[in-house]
Amino acid sequence: MEDQILLTMRGVSKTFPGVKALDNVSITLRKGEIHALMGENGAGKSTLIKVLTGVHAFEEGEIRLDGFDEPIINHTPIEAQKRGIVTVYQEVNLCPNLSVAENLFIGREPKTKLGYIDWRKMNKLSRELLKRLDIDVDVTQTLENYSLAIQQMVAIARAVDMDCKALILDEPTSSLDENEVSKLFVLMRHLREKGVGIIFVTHFLEQVYAVCDRITVLRNGEFAGEYTVAEMPRFKLVATMLGKDVDDLDSIKPEGCESNCDEIAVEAVGLGHKGTIKPFDFHIRKGEVVGVTGLLGSGRTEMVRCLYGADHAQSGTLKMKGKVLKAKAPIDSIKSGMGYLPDDRKADGLISELSVRENIVLALQARQGVFKTLPLAKQYELADSFIEMLHIKTATRETPVSQLSGGNQQKVILARWLCTHPDFLILDEPTRGIDIGTKTEFQKLILKFASEGMSVVFISSEIEEMLRTCTRMCVMRDGEKVGEIDGEMTQEIVMSAIAGGEEK
Amino acid sequence: MSSQKWGAVVGFLKRVVKMKMFLPFFCLILVLLINLIKSPGFFSIDIKNGVLFGRLIDILNRGSEIAILAVGQTLVIAVSAGTDISVGSVMSLSACFCCMSLAGYGVSSTNTLAIPMILGILGGILMGGICGVFNGTLVSKLKIQPMVATLILFTAARAIGLLLCNNQITYIRYEPYKYLGNFIPGCPIPTSIFVTAGVILVVAILLKKTSLGLYIQSVGINKRAARLLGINSSKIIFLCYVICGLCAGVAGIVASSRIYSADANNIGLTFELDAILAVALGGNSMAGGKFNLAGSIIGAYTIQAITTTLFAMGVSTDQAPVVKAIIVILIVALQAPVFKTWFANRSLKGKSQVKETVGA
Repeated sequence: MEDQILLTMRGVSKTFPGVKALDNVSITLRKGEIHALMGENGAGKSTLIKVLTGVHAFEEGEIRLDGFDEPIINHTPIEAQKRGIVTVYQEVNLCPNLSVAENLFIGREPKTKLGYIDWRKMNKLSRELLKRLDIDVDVTQTLENYSLAIQQMVAIARAVDMDCKALILDEPTSSLDENEVSKLFVLMRHLREKGVGIIFVTHFLEQVYAVCDRITVLRNGEFAGEYTVAEMPRFKLVATMLGKDVDDLDSIKPEGCESNCDEIAVEAVGLGHKGTIKPFDFHIRKGEVVGVTGLLGSGRTEMVRCLYGADHAQSGTLKMKGKVLKAKAPIDSIKSGMGYLPDDRKADGLISELSVRENIVLALQARQGVFKTLPLAKQYELADSFIEMLHIKTATRETPVSQLSGGNQQKVILARWLCTHPDFLILDEPTRGIDIGTKTEFQKLILKFASEGMSVVFISSEIEEMLRTCTRMCVMRDGEKVGEIDGEMTQEIVMSAIAGGEEK
Repeated sequence: MSSQKWGAVVGFLKRVVKMKMFLPFFCLILVLLINLIKSPGFFSIDIKNGVLFGRLIDILNRGSEIAILAVGQTLVIAVSAGTDISVGSVMSLSACFCCMSLAGYGVSSTNTLAIPMILGILGGILMGGICGVFNGTLVSKLKIQPMVATLILFTAARAIGLLLCNNQITYIRYEPYKYLGNFIPGCPIPTSIFVTAGVILVVAILLKKTSLGLYIQSVGINKRAARLLGINSSKIIFLCYVICGLCAGVAGIVASSRIYSADANNIGLTFELDAILAVALGGNSMAGGKFNLAGSIIGAYTIQAITTTLFAMGVSTDQAPVVKAIIVILIVALQAPVFKTWFANRSLKGKSQVKETVGA
């Protein structure tokens, strides 16, 4: 039983227009194991799962499933389900307005002789099923009365009852609290004993070490390796995910300018937002560049959103230049001299149909108020000067910003904040999806602003970038600020700090 | 040579066709052209009894209410990607409130006013504003879908109006009250045209001189980003609904003045649909974001032009909606993205064929 192979994907490749999403990726799932699928954003985890479950077609490679002699190809998720491969997503795709029992048996309800639904039998079967899995709920209640964790377990129970051999859990724990997570783990271990193979996608390292047997790591759409949990210390796992060989890590000398000013620009004490980030302390001096590092989902973005007031802080105090700032909305933070370049450019940054000029002047306009319109001549002047200064490639200043490339769009948003001459600028992943040349440009700009007295918080998934620009780094893990690094910073130190745990 | 000239003309036409305002204008002119062929008398303007008289004047005059409503509706659609369907009922409520306060509660017909006329009129407009506040609160604060939120006043406002007027039609037989919807003695132009121009002017200045237009578009395109860069998104949404309510109030007073009474059951009936249609005919996206106020106003007059044309042709009142519907379908289809891309592809194909022959 132990080493019986349940499912193999071998040499799978998948191309989206312009991008090779998967390149010769393999994964092997055995019966009765929990197999973690890890990788940073864009590594190809979701694509791999979508290929497996028939959401996407793939070009090369084969999928073999225990019980089938020929390689299988799933064309639709339903086909995959019939073969025993079931996926449970982070957002539960059940019907919250139906009862638990209805959800368990929807589409395959037990019928009476007359063809009506046999409610009594359905409820009885549901009760038995959930009892076997140690889930304690009233099956006649509507599903929405239960927490997300229970809903997820119901989804899993449904999968189990449909005779599933391979269960795929796509980031099931992202929106659960600790207690709920541990309940889910009990269920997962229970299923493992029954011989179900589970693929577990997660960003949380702790959870991998808590329940998983094996780990497959993807990186940039390629297979980076398969390991057993025992042979894979945290630090090595992080290094593999980020694509750095631990042995030949060059220590890069930080070229960041040392801040010789002791004036504290921003200081936060016990600032926190329930559900996203645990209370943290933070301070930054005038002209300093501080990095915030951690894996995706570690609370990097949540921390800076809390500082900026995008998420209203429920605890703690924030001082801006010595004065207490109680920001009800971002406009209050802007007025006190903050700026925030969000990580999700499309959803949180761009006003896509408006022109480059309008996008650049918007924040300054908002700070001035609706009745003090910036004269058009001034707007032209601002737009032109920033288009020139940041080398924004656009046909004209009136071109809709949606027509620009990603890097240039990012520069437009940067220009938007530079317009307001902020004292404290937060840059959340400003260099994501941008070519190398522009990245270097961004780093130089950051250092330039700092030398002019601006305090900058810089977040990047690429550690080298931060090493080059930051004088200090905050380390985030699992929604908590776990420490700070200053003084000597090397990639090795930073990565082991990100990984945390008992190593080193 | 001649081919070059021809090319320049085609190029110019192409540029005109690509202009945002082209299609709304084109449709209005098309409707008017039908009249040129069918009834040339359509365009004549005479002076009878000292006032201007003619079909064109009629379109401008009768189209006033729809145009005023379209102004407010444009902003609401732009900012919230939803429609305010209560404007017709709010018109009725404003008219009733105005007439009730002028005549006194329970009076069904009066020659003398209980309070100064201007106070009654302002009260009526303010009533529209209050309805806007109600709608705006539901949409911006309670985040109820615009259609559902405004459905409340769509059903209730007309009934409240009827209640205010003690379930009867309140007549204001006071000569100056008729001025707004008809003529001011000595002035040959219908007063409602001035009212409409006034409303358009006020809103246009508000959009031009302040940054409200920019804010509305930003919120309509990306509410989250607008909030993060310092715009109070819900306040802007609220404001648009209030403006829309005030517009409905003004339109209600004009409609009431035309018949110098408050007919709760008939004032503004189905006008909300015309107002929404006007915005659509003006080439504005129902998904919010960028908007074009002038387009909506042209759209409003296009609707009135269709109605007037049908009357001029002697189509009976019962059948008019059928013909109107057919024309509207044609206009909307012409502006549909599917059609636009089809046209674009056609012209692209033509170009690529030319290239191929050149290559060969």
